[in-house]
Amino acid sequence: MNQEAISVRSRAITPQRLLVLALLLLALAAPFGIYPIFLMKGLCFALFAAAFNLLLGYVGLLSFGHAMFFGFAAYVTAHAAKEWGFSPELAILAGVATAAVLGLVTGWLAIRRSGIYFAMVTLAFSQMMFFVAIQAPFTHGEDGIQGVPRGSLLGFIDLNDSLSMYYFVLAVFVASLLFIQRIVTSPFGQVLKAIRDNEPRAISLGYEVEKYKLLAFVLSASLAGLAGSMKSIVFQLASLADVHWHASGEVVLMTLLGGVGTVFGPMVGAFLVAAIQNYLSETGSWVTIIQGVIFILCVLMFRSGMVGMLAPMMKKRGIDV
Amino acid sequence: MTLLFGIPIQALFGQLLLGLINGAFYAMLSLGLALIFGLLNIINFTHGAQYMMGAFVAWLVLSHAGLGYWAALLLAPLLVGALGILIERTMLSRLYKLDHLYGLLLTFGLALVIEGGFRQLYGISGAPYAVPEELQGGWNLGFMYLPIYRGWVVLASLFLCLGTWLLIEKTKLGSYLRAATENPQLVQAFGVNVPVLVTLTYGFGVALAAIAGVMAAPIYSVNPLMGSNIIIVVFAVVVIGGMGSILGAIVTGFMLGLLEGLTKVFYPEAASTVIFVVMAIVLMIKPQGLFGKGS
Repeated sequence: MNQEAISVRSRAITPQRLLVLALLLLALAAPFGIYPIFLMKGLCFALFAAAFNLLLGYVGLLSFGHAMFFGFAAYVTAHAAKEWGFSPELAILAGVATAAVLGLVTGWLAIRRSGIYFAMVTLAFSQMMFFVAIQAPFTHGEDGIQGVPRGSLLGFIDLNDSLSMYYFVLAVFVASLLFIQRIVTSPFGQVLKAIRDNEPRAISLGYEVEKYKLLAFVLSASLAGLAGSMKSIVFQLASLADVHWHASGEVVLMTLLGGVGTVFGPMVGAFLVAAIQNYLSETGSWVTIIQGVIFILCVLMFRSGMVGMLAPMMKKRGIDV
Repeated sequence: MTLLFGIPIQALFGQLLLGLINGAFYAMLSLGLALIFGLLNIINFTHGAQYMMGAFVAWLVLSHAGLGYWAALLLAPLLVGALGILIERTMLSRLYKLDHLYGLLLTFGLALVIEGGFRQLYGISGAPYAVPEELQGGWNLGFMYLPIYRGWVVLASLFLCLGTWLLIEKTKLGSYLRAATENPQLVQAFGVNVPVLVTLTYGFGVALAAIAGVMAAPIYSVNPLMGSNIIIVVFAVVVIGGMGSILGAIVTGFMLGLLEGLTKVFYPEAASTVIFVVMAIVLMIKPQGLFGKGS
C-alpha cells in the first residue's frame, strides 16, 4: 500500500471514530448538565477500573488488592499537597510514583502465584497496607487527611473552580485511556494477550513471561495510583475507605458489570457504581446489598457485562468497544 | 514479679494464650476453607459472613428463644450449614465448569449481601454474649490466670480439627473425598455420587465456620463485621499453609496465632501486619506454601 492510501485511510471517518468523537463531545458538555463533582468521581472510578482491567482483561490476572494502590497514592498525594505544599501536578506525581514502587514490590511477590492464589495474595498485601494506613502517623488513622488544598495547576489554573478541575480530570483521564490503548495494541500488549490465552505456549516461544506480567502489574498499579491521587485532589480527602478491601471489590464489580477486556466496559461500570453510591448513599447498607446482588447476577447470568454483550453487535458495524 | 526475656511472665503467657485462641479460630476457619477448596475448587469468600452468622444464631436463639450456648453450638452449624447447602445447590454448582475465579467473585457478592443485610438489621455496634455459666471463672495456674472458657475454646478447636483430619485421612468417606478431588469422573464411575459429596462437603465446611462463630460470640462481641475482619487474615494463613493441605491449615493457623501473640508482647505496632509479613517471606522462599504440594 502506498503512502497516499495509508493517509487517506487514516483520515477516513469510521464509525469507531464517530463514537469516540461523540463521547468526547458528551464529556466536554457534561458538566453543564450534570453535577461536576459526581462526574469527577465517575471519571476517577473509570480510570481506576480501566487500570484494573488492563491487568484482568489483557493479562488475565485478577487482583483483589488494587485498593492499596488507589488508596495509598491518595494518601501520599494528599500529604504532599497539604503538609509539604506541593503543587497539584507534583503531588499527583508523588502519588503515582508511590503506587509504582508499591506495585513493583507486591507484584514481584504476587506473580509467583496465579489464578485464585494471585487474587488472595494481592488481597492480603492490600490488607497489610490497610493496617499501615491505620497506624502510620501521616495518614491520621480514622480521620484521614482532610482539607487537602486543590492548589493551582502549573501555577496559573485555579483548581478550586469546579469546572477547571473537571476539565483537568477529563484531560488526565483521556490521556491515560490513550496510553492504555497504546499499551494493549502494541507488540507488548500482544504478548500480554498471548500470556492470558496460553501461558505455557508464551513461555515456550521464549518470552520471559514473569517480566511481562510484572511490567503490566506496575503499569496497572501506577494508573490505579493516578486515579487515587486525582480523587484525593478532587475531594480534598484521603481516607481509610479508599484502602479498604471493599474498594478492591468495587473495582472488580465495575469491570465485571461493564465487561472485562472491553475498552468502554470498565467506564460504563464505573459510572453505574458511582451512581449507585451517590443516589443510594442515604439508604445505608442497602448500597452494599445492591452491589452484592449485582455481583451475583453478573457472575451467574451475564458474565460478559453490559458492554461485553453489545460488543459482537457493534463489531458488525465496525465499532470496536 | 518474674521476668522472662525482660517481659513480666504473666503478660507473656497472657498474650500467648490470646494468640493461641486467635490461632484456634484461624485454624478452624482455614480448615473449612481448605476443605471447600479441595473439593469445589472455590475460595469461599462467604466464609467470614458464615462465621458471623454462626455467632448471630447463638445470640438470636438466646435472646428470642431463650436457648443457651450448648443449643446454639448444635443449631448454628445445622442452620448455617443448611443455608450453605442451599447456596451450593442453587448457585455455586453452576460455576464448576468455569474459571475458578468466578466462584471467588460469586461468594464475594454473597458476603456483601449477607453482611449488608445484617448491618441493615442490627447496626454495627455489636451485641454482648455472656460466657455460659458452666464455663465461667478460671484457674490460677501459678504463672498465669486461665479463664476456663478460653481453655475450652482451644481444646474444642483442637478436637474439631483433629476429628476433621481423621475423617479425611483415615475413613472410607475421607478416601472418597480425596479421590474425588483428584478425579471426579472416575470416582463417579465407581458409583459414588460426587455431586452429593460436593454439596455435603460445602455444608460441612460452612458448618465449621458457624461453630467457630458460636465459640467466638462470648470472646469477641457479636457484630456484622466480625467476619470480614478475620477472613482476610485467614486467607493469608491459607496462602502460608498451602491451600491444598488440611494439616497445613491446622498447623499454620495455630502457629500464626501464637506468632501474632508474641509480636504483641515484643513489638505491638507490628502485631496486625506480622502475618502478612510472614506471607511475603514464605512466598519468596516457597511460593506453594509451607505444606503445599506443587503450584
